[in-house]
Amino acid sequence: MIKLNVNGKRRSFSGPLFKRLIDVLREDFRLTGTKEGCGEGECGACTVFLDGEPVNSCLIPVAHAEGRKVETIESLANAKKLGVMQEAFLKRGGAQCGICTPGMVMTAEYWRRVGGSPEPEAIRNVLAGNLCRCTGYQHIVDSVIEALGRRRKKARGQKA
Amino acid sequence: MPAVGTSARRYEGPEKLSGRALYLDDHDIPGCLFGVTLRSEIPRGRIKNVVFDRAFPWSECVVATAEDIPTNIVALIEDDQPLLADGIVRHALEPIALIAHESREKAYEALRFVRVEYEELPPVLTIEDSLSRREILYGSDNVFKRYLVRRGDVEKGLRESPVVVEGEYRVPHQEQAYIENNAMAAWWKDGALTVMGSLQCPYYVHKAMKKLFGLSDGQVRVIQATTGGGFGGKEEYPNMIGGHAAALARKAGRPVKIVYDRSEDMAATTKRHPAIVRHRTGLSRDGRLIAQDIQVLMDGGAYVTLSPVVLSRGTIHAPGPYECPNVRVDASVLATNTPPNGAFRGFGAPQTLFAAELHWEKIAAATGIDSLSLRRKNAFREGSVTATGQVLKESVGAREVLDLAVGKSGYLKKRSSYKRWNRDPKKPCWKGIGLALVHHGGGFTGSGEVYLASRAAVSIGRDGLVRVLAASTEIGQGTNTLFSQIVADALGLPRDLVAIENPDTAKVPDSGPTVASRTCMVVGGLLRRAADDLRSALLEAAGGSIPQSRSKLRQAAVRLCAGEKERRFEASYEPPAGVHWDDKSYSGDAYAVYSYAAVAADIEVDKTSFEVRVRKITTAQDIGRAINPLLAAGQVTGGTAQAVGWALYENVVMKNGRMTNPQLTNYIIPTALDTPPMDVILVEKPFSGGPFGAKGVGELPMDVPAPAIAAAVHQATGILIPELPLIPETLHRYHDQTQRQR
Repeated sequence: MIKLNVNGKRRSFSGPLFKRLIDVLREDFRLTGTKEGCGEGECGACTVFLDGEPVNSCLIPVAHAEGRKVETIESLANAKKLGVMQEAFLKRGGAQCGICTPGMVMTAEYWRRVGGSPEPEAIRNVLAGNLCRCTGYQHIVDSVIEALGRRRKKARGQKA
Repeated sequence: MPAVGTSARRYEGPEKLSGRALYLDDHDIPGCLFGVTLRSEIPRGRIKNVVFDRAFPWSECVVATAEDIPTNIVALIEDDQPLLADGIVRHALEPIALIAHESREKAYEALRFVRVEYEELPPVLTIEDSLSRREILYGSDNVFKRYLVRRGDVEKGLRESPVVVEGEYRVPHQEQAYIENNAMAAWWKDGALTVMGSLQCPYYVHKAMKKLFGLSDGQVRVIQATTGGGFGGKEEYPNMIGGHAAALARKAGRPVKIVYDRSEDMAATTKRHPAIVRHRTGLSRDGRLIAQDIQVLMDGGAYVTLSPVVLSRGTIHAPGPYECPNVRVDASVLATNTPPNGAFRGFGAPQTLFAAELHWEKIAAATGIDSLSLRRKNAFREGSVTATGQVLKESVGAREVLDLAVGKSGYLKKRSSYKRWNRDPKKPCWKGIGLALVHHGGGFTGSGEVYLASRAAVSIGRDGLVRVLAASTEIGQGTNTLFSQIVADALGLPRDLVAIENPDTAKVPDSGPTVASRTCMVVGGLLRRAADDLRSALLEAAGGSIPQSRSKLRQAAVRLCAGEKERRFEASYEPPAGVHWDDKSYSGDAYAVYSYAAVAADIEVDKTSFEVRVRKITTAQDIGRAINPLLAAGQVTGGTAQAVGWALYENVVMKNGRMTNPQLTNYIIPTALDTPPMDVILVEKPFSGGPFGAKGVGELPMDVPAPAIAAAVHQATGILIPELPLIPETLHRYHDQTQRQR
């Protein structure tokens, strides 16, 4: 049996050890926010955090997550309020059809948590593993800048 | 405060951002089986035998073949395409049989235990091959459809032209590459069928199911699940997959879900039509158009599907947004033994506009007049007459968008500074900036909208909730948000009091397909009219003013509903006054109005690797009125990125009639790093026939970047490459040829 922590909850899985993490999340835990776009690690729609690092959950056998912390898109918002990054995507038009969005937001959220640079080139670089066919990325980059800007404003506000 | 003209937040945005939105594969359908498709391995042949290996436990599966389909025809324009191949296969990956199993894994495994024995026939794989009529696949000449547009006397015009410039241009397939693959589910209850899925056109699927299974209107229900992108790729193909799921579900007596994986989706489903376009253009010495003789040839694939209408749009847009007294466009779409090509954003126009626009570079070289001046001399203005004889009466932004793109990009200055830069052999790259100007007709072509006779409605319930009822789907482009803005303003209500009914044929009228840049302009117009009627009724019920709070609205609604559950106000399509089209002569008002766009593409080419990098795209687009500027800009940036992909990266490699690179690993769509920063200028030349002045925006951005990029590559390398994609291999080949010729 595989034991892992998913979105702060202890979960266990007793199926095939090589079942893909994405399938365990979607089928066994009914966390369908994580999407499959290609099944070969190209599109990044299935991005989740494994111990805080973004990974393609379609390339990870569930056994690899034994004893580790998994975070999915469902962890970023509560029933009433979106997270900072999600709110920024809503305001700046970073989501269109929405299928790449969970993975895109997770990668962007990673960048926010590690204190990544708000320069457009740096943001494009970190998002290069997440494909979007709708937006042309510009509004996604704007969304990430918006979310990072808020953090910086907040930080400045605290200092003062 | 009016909602129209504001960047109101995406209506379904919170669901999508939180991961709560349910796409088809996210739905937990009790008792559902998983369906897979057995497909042809060869492009053309007779099926001699389908052998099911006894090593597999077939009793666990449900299998459907052509015999299980009451009327084995996928209804669209012609009745030539079967749901499952019956005795003969006409393209690689054509569906032959279906298998359903409780386990997705087992269903795929079962496919490996089926062997098809064929008697192979010689396949026809290219446009040239089809034209040669070595093998006849369709009718007497392999031509699915031919159109002829004529204005003036083109032969006389060419004879009298002091300058005649000829060119041939080729454009390839393109895969829509929505990130959600095709997915449909179906179930039966008491002889009635429900189909749910990722789709653009609920009533197309509705019509197809009726025909396949001999059902009445009321026996079929089609529901749209949240849809992860379409771009045309989910216009007609859901008829096929929906039919497959329904056939399996009918036989199994249980729900069946079919979700393609990426490779199957890319290899088997529709793509943009490849095309060959030839121009013979006559001009005066000072660069005025005298004659345009244009031949268009498209590859339709194995069945007619939507090819006639794709060709129609390609034909009408072929001359570009320019006035010319003598025009002939002779266009045909041909049958080949390849998977049918279909709808993809732009719908034939990007193909012919690529040729029309890049041809100006050739004309510039021949006349010694730069392509910007040539465009300015000939571009449409109010009062211009098009090749089909349409007089452009209003909302003609061609010149404005051109001037804005030129001005904002620093085109003239860069053009000359790059010329100097490129003379220096020590520089590691060549630089170039190129232009293109296009138009795109909004709505269905010709009498299309009249035949569609779309209907849309607005209702108010006793609970005071205003609902938008339309079959137009939200596929990322913003349908929900735009409709809520249009209806809120027409009613004079805050936007949060307007709800959008999910497209479901049991609940919404047929507002036509979600295609052809028609959703906002045409269906939005119907909703505005329906909302106007509701407003009048509401004013009366509320005693002269529209209630602004939910509770007051509820009181008025109770009076208005007078005991009924809801009151519904419906509007149906009426052609704008003075619009005429003649299908026989293919002349008249091809579209109610055109949108216009110009791009300046600023690029560099690495001298060692021949990679093209787009540094910046500057684009101005006249869309009448931006109902929601953020969403409109999102359409422009998204369409531009798809066009950058088509121009530079996306390479469908066909071998023996099948795509050999059906993976996102080797079919390259642009990443955030490949996509340039974009400067988007929205130009608003209002159209009196659109809601709040709006015209179409969905497809326009796809039409314009590719020829601008090719023109920039021309400046950078000195080579006019008349084909796409401009991958390093293509540049290298042309560069070598040019070197040898020197």
